[in-house]
Amino acid sequence: MDVLLNLSLNGLATGMLIFLLAAGLTLILGLMDVLNFAHGGLFAWGAYSGIWIYSKTGSFFIGILGAILVGFLLGILTERWIIKPVYGNHVQQILITLGLMLVLSEMLKVVWGPNQISANPPDYLVGSWEIGGVIIIKYRLFIIFVGLLVFAAVQFLLSKTKIGLVVRAGVMNKEMVQALGINIQKVFMFVFMIGAGMAALGGVLLGPYSGVIHAEMGLEFAILAFIVVVIGGMGNFKGSLLAAALVGLSGSFMAYYVPDLALAANMLLMAVVLVFRPQGLFGMKG
Amino acid sequence: MSELLKLNAVETYIGQYHILQGVSLEVKKGEVTVLLGRNGAGKTTTLRTIMGLNPASKGAITYKGEDIKKLPTYLVAKKGIGYVPEDQGIFADLTVEENMKVAIQKDNQETLDRMDWILDLFPDLKKFWKKPGGLLSGGQKQMLSIARAYINNNELLLIDEPSKGLAPIVVEKVMESIIQMKEQTTIVLVEQNFMMASTIGDCFYIIDDGRTVSHGVMNQLKQDADMRRKYLGIA
Ligand SMILES: Nc1ncnc2c1ncn2[C@@H]1O[C@H](COP(=O)(O)OP(=O)(O)O)[C@@H](O)[C@H]1O
Ligand SMILES: [Mg+2]
Repeated sequence: MDVLLNLSLNGLATGMLIFLLAAGLTLILGLMDVLNFAHGGLFAWGAYSGIWIYSKTGSFFIGILGAILVGFLLGILTERWIIKPVYGNHVQQILITLGLMLVLSEMLKVVWGPNQISANPPDYLVGSWEIGGVIIIKYRLFIIFVGLLVFAAVQFLLSKTKIGLVVRAGVMNKEMVQALGINIQKVFMFVFMIGAGMAALGGVLLGPYSGVIHAEMGLEFAILAFIVVVIGGMGNFKGSLLAAALVGLSGSFMAYYVPDLALAANMLLMAVVLVFRPQGLFGMKG
Repeated sequence: MSELLKLNAVETYIGQYHILQGVSLEVKKGEVTVLLGRNGAGKTTTLRTIMGLNPASKGAITYKGEDIKKLPTYLVAKKGIGYVPEDQGIFADLTVEENMKVAIQKDNQETLDRMDWILDLFPDLKKFWKKPGGLLSGGQKQMLSIARAYINNNELLLIDEPSKGLAPIVVEKVMESIIQMKEQTTIVLVEQNFMMASTIGDCFYIIDDGRTVSHGVMNQLKQDADMRRKYLGIA
């Protein structure tokens, strides 16, 4: 029972981190039709800048806010300078965002050095609670809580605000949105900014979870996030949460019972979805 | 000059294909100008070119005397041109209400009044207000698309084959609504249904192989069976 619960919480926590990365990816792909391979780089930048700010200020909370702001800023710059010139051209997008990914991780080494950096949770999130004889690690619960909070906030934005409405409409029909007098470029930039902010948040949360951060940390999560985008349905925000939970849980359980097959299982899940439900497990269109 | 919109020798490429090879037309304020022509003649592309969705490579497009040829689509729309595309362009997962909300540019009393007016014209939209647009019937989608183009105080509406695929009784309804809107705005209508075109239209342009080949007042065309046979394939 203990093991099952712990594996589940572990899987959900990892799932939330994947979700923070995948949510931006899926919106960017669905709305802007852009494959952003540099998204993992934004994740790593969030981790480094957040942990650095945390170490300077002593406040994990300020570190988190700083990471999100860095994410916003990098998102805006990336959209402006890197993505905008290659809208509509997938091959160029893949090349230029892969290139950016390398640049981002090399820049991390330039700024903070080539070695991995250790990261610890703040005192109030160290250790565990014991509830009814079950031991629950605080920081895991914290990640799950933050992930759900972000989900609720973005879900509110998408469903209750005009810009959210426009984003959802844009995922369905970009031309029509423009024909109704809306400057889709501004919407693109906004979505990119939000997506990058979520990725950076994911990065800074991962730091104390895994104990260390390193320049390539985004890569592994980016692969999982791409799997989640496919399983959840491209452009499907809610789908990305469910799919991320699924991928996180399957990773956690597989790693415990059949460790060699952890990533393979998720890849297989993705392949099956691609073959039988290309619109994603949770998509309505198709 | 009373013309609201003017195209002069407009040419448009889609990819490498030279689709429009010389479209010239004048749309007079307060009139319904009908674009006619065979399937594949270039009527839809003409509307898309006006909207900037398939930008013109040559020629001139002026709206109220202002050059709009190079404007991005959203600015063309903001000049006061509403567009009802051939496929209606309904946001399928958004409710009827949300479809309208995306379109609304100003939250003011005038918009509320226009909303009341258009919902009185299309009571079905009120009935399905909270339903996803994708669940509407073909006729209701057409109504929603027209309502969406109308809701902002647009001086010009571009409507692409509103009768396409609709049952005759629904066509009748859509036609009546366009006649009512005609009182308030100028309309460019692409319409293959000649009965509808000739009932609503004040003047016509015939497009053939990407060029405007003939134009005049609607009564002329009603009397010219030869012309109808030649370009429209109807007697
Ligand atoms: N995206 C496209 N790519 C290539 N050719 C196109 C495209 N869209 C339209 N065409 C061609 O342009 C011509 C005009 O099409 P269209 O404007 O839709 O005609 P109409 O509305 O009069 O039926 C047709 O021959 C059509 O095949
Ligand atoms: Mg057409």
